[in-house]
Amino acid sequence: MTFYEKAHVSTPSDREVKVVRSFKAPRDLVFKAYTTPELVKRWMLGPPGWEMPVCEMDVRVGGKYRWRWRSNDAAQEFGFHGEFTEVSAPAKLVSTEYFDPGSVGGDMGEGALITVEFSEDKGVTTLTSTMDFGTKRARDAAVATGMTDGMEMSYQLLDGVLAKR
Amino acid sequence: MPTAEDRLDQTFMALADPTRRAILARLALGEATVTELAEPFNISQPAISKHLKILERAQLISVGQDAQRRPRKLVAQPLAEANAWLERYRDAWEASFERLEDLLDELQRPASRPKPKRK
Repeated sequence: MTFYEKAHVSTPSDREVKVVRSFKAPRDLVFKAYTTPELVKRWMLGPPGWEMPVCEMDVRVGGKYRWRWRSNDAAQEFGFHGEFTEVSAPAKLVSTEYFDPGSVGGDMGEGALITVEFSEDKGVTTLTSTMDFGTKRARDAAVATGMTDGMEMSYQLLDGVLAKR
Repeated sequence: MPTAEDRLDQTFMALADPTRRAILARLALGEATVTELAEPFNISQPAISKHLKILERAQLISVGQDAQRRPRKLVAQPLAEANAWLERYRDAWEASFERLEDLLDELQRPASRPKPKRK
């Protein structure tokens, strides 16, 4: 089994994005860290300088979740919400996901179906998150929005790199 | 000939706008026509064209072979440092996963021991 030391992103079809990452931990624990609000709040923080003031998750079929991020200066907000459609602890979690652009803007289309799978081998858990955006157009827009957020940080780093030349 | 610094200024000017960065991010997934580019971003075609002109001037994008569709595509060269946009998306995920990794380490440590500092 491949050990994904860093997040690996691919596009299995023109409407999906897949992210894979391995962790040196049993999958019970990874599942717990992924589904317990107090724990999720500690790692799903968003871009640097952001916090996650709202993290509610009712992890059972038909249960809802709501995540919200806010910049530390409270100037900007965005979030996600959705419903769990399959909960097979600790192996699989399927949920709908709707983007709430808040003050950040961007477009994530009509909502996505997120399938997170946890597989364990020799004490290593590999997490695979497949995001199906329904259409290519929605996928492209979502990736562009997500990347723009990520790029804000990278852009600052890039600035530093280029300044040294 | 513009100097390297001029080119860099142009690259940064072009990258300084979130819509233009989003357009580049979209083009990282493959070439696209002006209409295709305008669609997901909820911007008018003239507005997109204006952004595209700036990106073209900075030589961050070029117009593809197809004379009818005139698809725009990403030019990797000026983005030597800022290239690989899927990597940026990956980085956003990786930042969270690194915190998850730290948390999992912490959860697996016996409670009585003092926390070792992360390198």
